[in-house]
This record gives sequence, C-alpha cells and structure tokens, in this order.
Amino acid sequence: MADKSETLLEIRGLGKSFSIATGLFSQPLELKALQDISFSIKKGETLGIVGESGCGKSTLGRCILQLIEPDQGQVLWLGQDLMKLSGEEMRKRRQDLQIIFQDPLASLNPRMTVGEIIADPLRTLRPELGRDQRRAKVVKMMEAVGLLPEMINRYPHEFSGGQAQRIGIARALITEPKLIVCDEPVSALDVSIQAQILNLLADLKDEFGLTLIFISHNLSVVRHVSDRILVLYLGRIVELATGNEIYDDPKHPYTKALLTAVPIPDPKLARQRSIDALRGEIPSPISQPSGCTFRTRCRYAKPLCAEVRPPLETIGGDRLVACHRWQEIEVPEEAMVEA
Amino acid sequence: MSNTVLTVEDLSVTFALHGSEVHAVRDMNFTLTEGEILAVVGESGSGKSQAFLSIMGLLAKNGRVTGNAMLGDVNLVGMDKVKLDAYRGKDIAMIFQDPMTSLNPSLRVRTQLSEVLVKHRGFDKEKAVLAAIEMLERVGIPEPAKRSNAFPHELSGGMRQRVMIAMALLCQPKILIADEPTTALDVTVQAQMLDLFKSLTEDFGTALVLITHDLGVVAGIADRMMVMYGGRAVEKGKVDDLFYDPKHPYTLGLLHSTPHIAHRAARLDPIQGLPPSLEHLPKGCSFNPRCAFRFERCLAERPPLAPAGEGREKACFYEGELNYEKVA
Repeated sequence: MADKSETLLEIRGLGKSFSIATGLFSQPLELKALQDISFSIKKGETLGIVGESGCGKSTLGRCILQLIEPDQGQVLWLGQDLMKLSGEEMRKRRQDLQIIFQDPLASLNPRMTVGEIIADPLRTLRPELGRDQRRAKVVKMMEAVGLLPEMINRYPHEFSGGQAQRIGIARALITEPKLIVCDEPVSALDVSIQAQILNLLADLKDEFGLTLIFISHNLSVVRHVSDRILVLYLGRIVELATGNEIYDDPKHPYTKALLTAVPIPDPKLARQRSIDALRGEIPSPISQPSGCTFRTRCRYAKPLCAEVRPPLETIGGDRLVACHRWQEIEVPEEAMVEA
Repeated sequence: MSNTVLTVEDLSVTFALHGSEVHAVRDMNFTLTEGEILAVVGESGSGKSQAFLSIMGLLAKNGRVTGNAMLGDVNLVGMDKVKLDAYRGKDIAMIFQDPMTSLNPSLRVRTQLSEVLVKHRGFDKEKAVLAAIEMLERVGIPEPAKRSNAFPHELSGGMRQRVMIAMALLCQPKILIADEPTTALDVTVQAQMLDLFKSLTEDFGTALVLITHDLGVVAGIADRMMVMYGGRAVEKGKVDDLFYDPKHPYTLGLLHSTPHIAHRAARLDPIQGLPPSLEHLPKGCSFNPRCAFRFERCLAERPPLAPAGEGREKACFYEGELNYEKVA
C-alpha cells in the first residue's frame, strides 16, 4: 500500500440541502441531505460509506466530486478547496477524481462505441493526445479491466451488465485518477459477476495506486473492500472507524442494528443469532426528529436524546461516534456474529 | 406438517423469439409441503421467475408452458384464465419485488384489500374493510385504520411491501410465491420482512416459495432450496446440506462469490465467465464452460438431475470431492 501518511482529501463541515417544491403557492420545504460532514482520506485507503436509502451517501459522493454543489463547508483536495475552483479549473481537476455508477448500462451512451466511451474523458482532459495515442491508451485500459481489445468498435447494448461495468471502470481509469468514487458499483450485478468486479477493483487499486470511496448499502460488500467505514444516518455521520472496529466492536446503536440485520450466508450462524431488529423505518429527511435523529428507532433512547443532539466524539485513536450513551450500552453477545 | 400442497411435474416454459424457440425453464419437478419455505436460487436468466409466473398463468403472450402444477387434484397449467381466477389469490398468491408496480396507484389501500375478500370469500364490503385493517395490523403496519386510507404512493417501500403481503394473505392461501420480495428494501426493513414471513408460515401453515439471488436471505429462513442454472434445477436439497456440503460446482461457486460479513477473505473466488444466453446454451452440461471440475463427458452429455444422498438431488457427473476449501 502507498504512503499512508499523506492526506489526499479532507472534507470539513460539508452541508447540502435541497428545496422541495410543494405546490405553486406554498413555501418549498427544505430537505437537509447532508449536515456537518467532516472526515479525511489518506492516500491508498479505501473508505466505505454505508447507510440506508435516503441517508445521503450518494449525495456525499457527488458533493466530493462537485457534481452537486455543496452549500457549506470545504472539500480540500491536497489542501486546495475544490469549491472555490472555477468551472474550467475544476474540469482539469477531474482528471484526478473519477466516479463509477451503479447502473452500468444507463451510464454509457448507447450511440457511442466502447472505444469512444472509454476515450471520451481524454478528449476533454488530454486534448494534446493524438488519435493513435488515444487508441493505444484505450486498448491498454481495456486489457487492464478484462475486456477483449477487439470489442473496441461494439456498442454498449451488446454487453452484459458485468462487462458494461468494466467499460465504466475503464472510462474512469483512463485519465489516471488518484481517487475514484464507486457509487454502488456492484449492486446491479449477479452474485458471480459481483465477485469478479470486486476482485478487479482490488487488483486495479494495487496496480494504479488508487484511493477509493466505496458507497454501498450492502455491508458485506463494504466490509470486504474497506479499510475504514463511515456510517451515515439521515445525512449525518454517526460512526467512523476501521472495518475491524466497526464489525467487531460497533459503538453506535445504529451500526449495531445494521450489522445484526445483515443476512449471513451460513444457516447455522443465521439461526443462532437473534436479530436486534430496528423498529420502524428511517424518518423523512424533511421533518427530522429533534436531538439525536436516530432516537425514534433506538431501543436505548433516553429523554436526553430527544433534547440534545449528540456531538461526534473522538474515542480511542481515530474513531468517531455520535451517541450520548455509547459507553453504557452493550450489545447482547448472541446478536453478533463471531468472526 | 407433511401435507403436500403443490406438485410440479416436468414443467417447461418456452418463448417464441425471433422466429425460434427459447427454453426458459426445462423439466422442473418439485413438491411443496404445508408450512415449508422453499428457496429458489439463481442468477438473472436462470428461469427462476418464469417458472412461477407460468404456474400463476402470468407468462408474457409469446410464452408457452407444458407439464403439470397440481394444486390438490387440479392442474393449474393450461387452465383458462377465467377458471384460474378461482384459484389465484385464494389458494395460491404471488408477490413481486417492486410493490409499487403491483398496487393500483389510484385506489386507496383499503379498497384494494377489501376487494379481494368481496370477490373470493363473499364478504360484504364493511366486513371486508374491517378484515383488511386487521390484516394490516398483523403484518406490522402501525395505525392500520389510518394507513388503510392512504394511496400506495403515500407509503414507504417497506410499507407497500407489507400491504402486498397483507393482500396476498387475506384469503389465507395455501401457497405464497414471493419473487425477490426484499431485494428493493434496506437491510433493517428486510430483516423485519423475513421475520414476518417466518411467523406467517408458522401461524397460517402457508407454504412459501422464496425466489431470490441472495444466499444470505436463504440461509436465514428457508428449509429447502433449489439452485437453478440455464433454465434447469442443478441442485436440490435441505438448506444446511447445500450450504455445508454443496455437490454441484455451481452451488459451490455461488457460495464462494458471496461476501461474508463475519469472515473477511482477502479475495473472493468468483465463478469465471458469464451466465449463458438461453438462446445459445452450451452443448452437454450448461455450466461446463465455467466449471473448474469439468471433464470430457460434461462437454458431450447433459447430466440429469439424479438422487445424490438422502433428500437431495444434483445434476452433475463429477463424483470426486469439490475441493475448494470448505465453505463457511
């Protein structure tokens, strides 16, 4: 792994709200998608971002890349604030920051050939390259992601989901980026293909010295790929720790509940454990609960939790947790899975 | 508990496509007993959904089904739609992955639910609404009387799926077919749903067919499982037998492809290559191009589904030990 000490990306106090129109003459509602997000990523690291639908994980990925403009805070790339860059400067910066999307076929232009799709970022970002140089790079990249170079003139509809995702990965890698945001990259794929793509991402990460932000709702997949994991709930960080810390000793009741709800492909373990099922569903981000936003589903909630929002505390090393009661609560042994 | 509720024999489904025939399902055989949960596992295109759509008489227009699906002494296959309506919903019900597309967006929940009772069980309208509200409570919808006034779009995904399940259960069907019922839901809601399914089979004796690609879901609730590949069942048996001692290389491959939250392996062992196109199935065993254990016979001859130990069957010629490291 590359030099771990270098901080590549730092997010400080990032916030994003959307206004929701409710009718021609009524006040729009404010949906707070992200609030007070701060964390940093070191070079060569894989950071997993998990949470339920609507928690803001995709919005966060897009805010980092400035595909959605954040309202507040800073996105520091090697110390430089991306939010202050002009459109032209940001476009150049995108050479270093790329993204892979969930639906591989929807993210490819159906009227372009595979070669054109993969070469497209080069046209804007590396205009000095000639046709032949571009083509040589595309062929090399196709080989790196496991596509046959003779497929270069085919169209996206001729490919399966797994192959289409390889095209998306090749397109992201062609500019030799330093950081790739993977937004649910394997969720739309069949199990056997999902494993192929996860292995491919691991190989490419080593080969090209990449840093990854891996967004997924699937905790087993995130656990498999990540060094550190950030847990989001209703647009706020509730816990951030290394993969082992999160899985062996989760501190936030939400993290605990998520972990015990993950299906385990092992019948005996699955029968043994009692699921600490969460009550209810994630509240609407438009009308968030007061105090701790998780309290409405938390079995450990006390009156204090409704009054004061728990701060994100640093505990033991780099771990972060936002819970008033993390020191008091113990998860019942049988709810966890022995590693 | 050993009452057979459904016997499927030699079920095959073909589609007319581009002037030729595509076999989506071939020679499917299984029985379903009261109160049991049977998982049908496979990747896209394996035929797992089409097999059950055909039993429900819900195939697309270019689809054709042969074989038998015996509900008691009635064969559902080939029955005309009008006659089928007497059984669908009442004895055998099906729910789908996306509840929004299966609920009528312009009807209130109570209307959609009570309709079923009026039609199949001859309830009068008022009594039907009361029974519908009671069922909503049973499937874990808070404030059921209030929620029953909502339109489907006013409910969350988890709530809609509960409404679907409530609708399917109103007539207390003997068989409930659930096609990827939790795939669109978050893990915490998924866990609630699986709990609900389990208690429903226990309380009502409903037999549940769970069609899924997620082995984690299977391990949590199913009793038996059937693994499908290229339109055929390739392995059948008790869940524990197949998870701890898989006898078909495809079952083994699926298990090795599934990330496990409790063991962080350095690498997954995926199955190489791609699932086959049903239009161009390989000669011999359909799985042979991706199989690590294939030998000459597999290229020439298709292995039949044959008994392989107590209560289990496999379609594979290989008799040696499947020597990846033991799964799980």
